[in-house]
Amino acid sequence: MTNHHDHAHGAHDHEHGHEEHEQLKVLGFWIFVVTDCILFGSLFATYAVLMNSYAGGPTGKELFELPGIIASTFILLTSSFTSGLAVLAMNKGKVKEMISWLAVTAVLGLAFVVLEINEFTHLVHEGATMATSAFWSAFFTLVGTHGLHVSVGLFWMVALMIQLKRRGITPVTRRKVTNLSLYWHFLDVVWIFLFTVVYLMGVM
Amino acid sequence: MWENLKEFASTFFVTGDPLIYGADVSIALTMVAIVFVLTKYKKWGWLWREWLTTVDHKRIGIMYLIASLLMLFRGGVDALLMRLQLAFPNVEFLHSDHYNAIFTTHGTIMILFMAMPMMFGLFNMVVPLQLGARDVAYPFLNAVSFWLFMFGAMLFNLSFVIGGSPDAGWLSYPPLSQNDFSPGPGQNFWIWGIQISGIGSLATGINFIVTILKMRAPGMKLSNMPLFSWSVLSSSIMIIFAFPILTVTIALLFLDRFAGAHFFTMGGGGNPMMYLNLIWMWGHPEVYIVVVPAFGIFSEVVATFSKKTIFGYKSMVWALMSIAVASFFTWAHHFFTMGTSASVIVFFAISTMVIAIPTGVKIFNWLFTMFRGRISFKQPMLWTIAFIPCFVVGGATGVMLAVAPADYQYHNSYFLIAHFHQVLIGGVVFGYLAGIYYWWPKLFGFKLDEKLGKWGFWFWNIGFYVCFMPQYALGFMGMTRRYYTYGWDRGWADLNLISTVGAFLMGIGFIFQVWQIAYSIKHGERDTTGDPWNARTLEWSIPSPAPFYNFAVVPTVKGADDWWLTKEAKANGTYKEEPAQLEPIHMPKNSGIPFIMSIFWFLVGFGFTFGWVWIAVIGFIGVALCMWARSFQYDTDYYVPVEEVRSTEASLGRVY
Ligand code: HEM
Ligand SMILES: [Cu+2]
Repeated sequence: MTNHHDHAHGAHDHEHGHEEHEQLKVLGFWIFVVTDCILFGSLFATYAVLMNSYAGGPTGKELFELPGIIASTFILLTSSFTSGLAVLAMNKGKVKEMISWLAVTAVLGLAFVVLEINEFTHLVHEGATMATSAFWSAFFTLVGTHGLHVSVGLFWMVALMIQLKRRGITPVTRRKVTNLSLYWHFLDVVWIFLFTVVYLMGVM
Repeated sequence: MWENLKEFASTFFVTGDPLIYGADVSIALTMVAIVFVLTKYKKWGWLWREWLTTVDHKRIGIMYLIASLLMLFRGGVDALLMRLQLAFPNVEFLHSDHYNAIFTTHGTIMILFMAMPMMFGLFNMVVPLQLGARDVAYPFLNAVSFWLFMFGAMLFNLSFVIGGSPDAGWLSYPPLSQNDFSPGPGQNFWIWGIQISGIGSLATGINFIVTILKMRAPGMKLSNMPLFSWSVLSSSIMIIFAFPILTVTIALLFLDRFAGAHFFTMGGGGNPMMYLNLIWMWGHPEVYIVVVPAFGIFSEVVATFSKKTIFGYKSMVWALMSIAVASFFTWAHHFFTMGTSASVIVFFAISTMVIAIPTGVKIFNWLFTMFRGRISFKQPMLWTIAFIPCFVVGGATGVMLAVAPADYQYHNSYFLIAHFHQVLIGGVVFGYLAGIYYWWPKLFGFKLDEKLGKWGFWFWNIGFYVCFMPQYALGFMGMTRRYYTYGWDRGWADLNLISTVGAFLMGIGFIFQVWQIAYSIKHGERDTTGDPWNARTLEWSIPSPAPFYNFAVVPTVKGADDWWLTKEAKANGTYKEEPAQLEPIHMPKNSGIPFIMSIFWFLVGFGFTFGWVWIAVIGFIGVALCMWARSFQYDTDYYVPVEEVRSTEASLGRVY
């Protein structure tokens, strides 16, 4: 790492200083992801404690519909893959291709969110709400927090697509997309845990 | 319509207590006075440009400091009210529910809105300077953190006059904190005030970890980084592991209250014990989060005022880092008496006692550093010396509490109250005061008056022992915490009266300190050298007050106590003056977004507190728009031209 004081004034060095700063932001984002892991960890722990606290209400086994969940899992995994393709395109310097892959990712992400909202409404119709029992409180909170994360990611993705369109690939947009894809993969990993612990174990 | 309004006002505003009317009047008067002064002297623009939008870590540090001193005042007034109530048997100065509200707000404010911001103030005032850096890693995020804390604290304090204060204790155990027992908005104030400022704390933790890992001046290895920065690293690591747990815990509590969820309820399959586990998984590390930076401060102060390198640097670092790890394995000692298996209790009892080891190591290192040093008893050193016996006793009573069978006796008694105040006041408050006295000249350019400071010091110290020593005895005599009144027949009267006298002595000490600051602004000894204490680390190599870019030329570090090495080399003629080449300095631009975004967070909290979801929605939309706006800002920094650096340095007495 070069020291920040030993480069001079030219435009080139200006860029260089920035690049270093952009890397700094990636490191910070990694640490943020660590904190998010702990956040989800706490929610998973809560879920594990309350997993059998149905309080006489409906159980997961009765209400979960695996086919829909498997479809959303598939959609989310694919979106993680396409976000990876966007990063590949970025590394090759192809803005257009990159924006298209991000758009595909966003559409898949949106589909995932819509399916989740659908699932939740269905569950509510079946009489399982946040207030039904501790189990359902934990379920809606854990799954909902993940869904909220995905929605925030979508919002962010749209902002980035606009910026990429306006500015192309610069150290700044590059860093932002790197962070976004890190975030997106992270949500994918969380979902795999969720799928296993909540749904698979739930219907078993 | 009129009737509706009247009814609304009578539930919305807290009424019926002279203390609250007093607070209403003083809040109104303060507001009017602030608006008047700012308008009269045409300072609105200045306030906005220089402070509300600043991203300069030193100014943010100063704002943290001011806010935390105000909160120390508020928490202190709460404490005095409680001690007044307990001074004699059968006093009816406060109603029982008012007493509950006061110990709750006292505890919450002291830990979350006094100790934490004072700590963040010190982080901000010192760490970049000590590392030879020009700023923290993310200046914008730093401003966001500060304003989130500020608006969270304001939301919390609002509860006193609007809606009603929380009264379920500073950790809000369910079922007391659930709707059945705490139906009003008070508990929601607690949740949202902490939630909002907690997000800020988390961001600060991330910010300082990256700052310390990545922003050190060239040549400064981790292995010769100043110990205060090490302590900040340790504390920040604890923050990033502990605070997400807090976020989750109180979010779940809120869902219970707001959405009828059953996480911690008695019915519906909920599990109140889970709340205790979760809150203490944050809460125990939290007390180490606030005390560890004090250890860092003592290390700097002891070395400086004994004119010696710190004894056992490596073991100090080891101790700081092992506390960070160990603090996460002790939480269950807070509920030994609630019944679990013996092996669990043994595990937590032992891991609690283990923390005493690194702490003991440090105390010995400080003593050895002082041994045969030429000690000068300036304010920072006084507080450090006062800390040592206080913390030793507090630590010993802590180990007593960790002995599980004995805890059945002391649990929730005044013995516990005396213990944790001893470590929190003797460790945290004394430590931060030492730090504030120590670094004050660097930020403000003058020293705080020694004489007034000594008065403050002795009042605090004598007051401390007079206040808390009797409480150990009261604990043994069966007085449990959160008692609001007691009868003559108990035999607690004398000791309680003594304790109250002690509390007021501390209050007088605080007044001396306020006087000291006011007096020193005018008459304090100006620091023209930049190094008033003849200190050892980099922050003392630049002028006081530090210019906004900190270092005109970023130093190259040659070893531990780099500034001391430089001074020694200069003294014995081996110092090689390297031609200093000024260069344009890269600085972040100010931004109003952190302030505005935090206002929206405040709206989120306020809306949810009263269940007015539409306000919360407006808040969320505002937050999102602020983030969006920030994401589209690319022109966020600028260069300070060489001429400007040169003339600023010249005005501070340095020539390049
Ligand atoms: C300045 C002198 C102080 C005095 C005279 C004082 C006095 C008190 C009193 C009388 C109580 C209530 C005990 C009970 O309810 O039985 C209390 C509780 C508490 N204090 Fe202090 N205190 C002081 C400073 C501090 C400081 C500096 C901190 C933290 C940094 C602190 C943290 C707490 C906490 C956490 C509680 C427990 C609140 C609860 O029961 O929920 N106090 N204090
Ligand atoms: Cu503890």
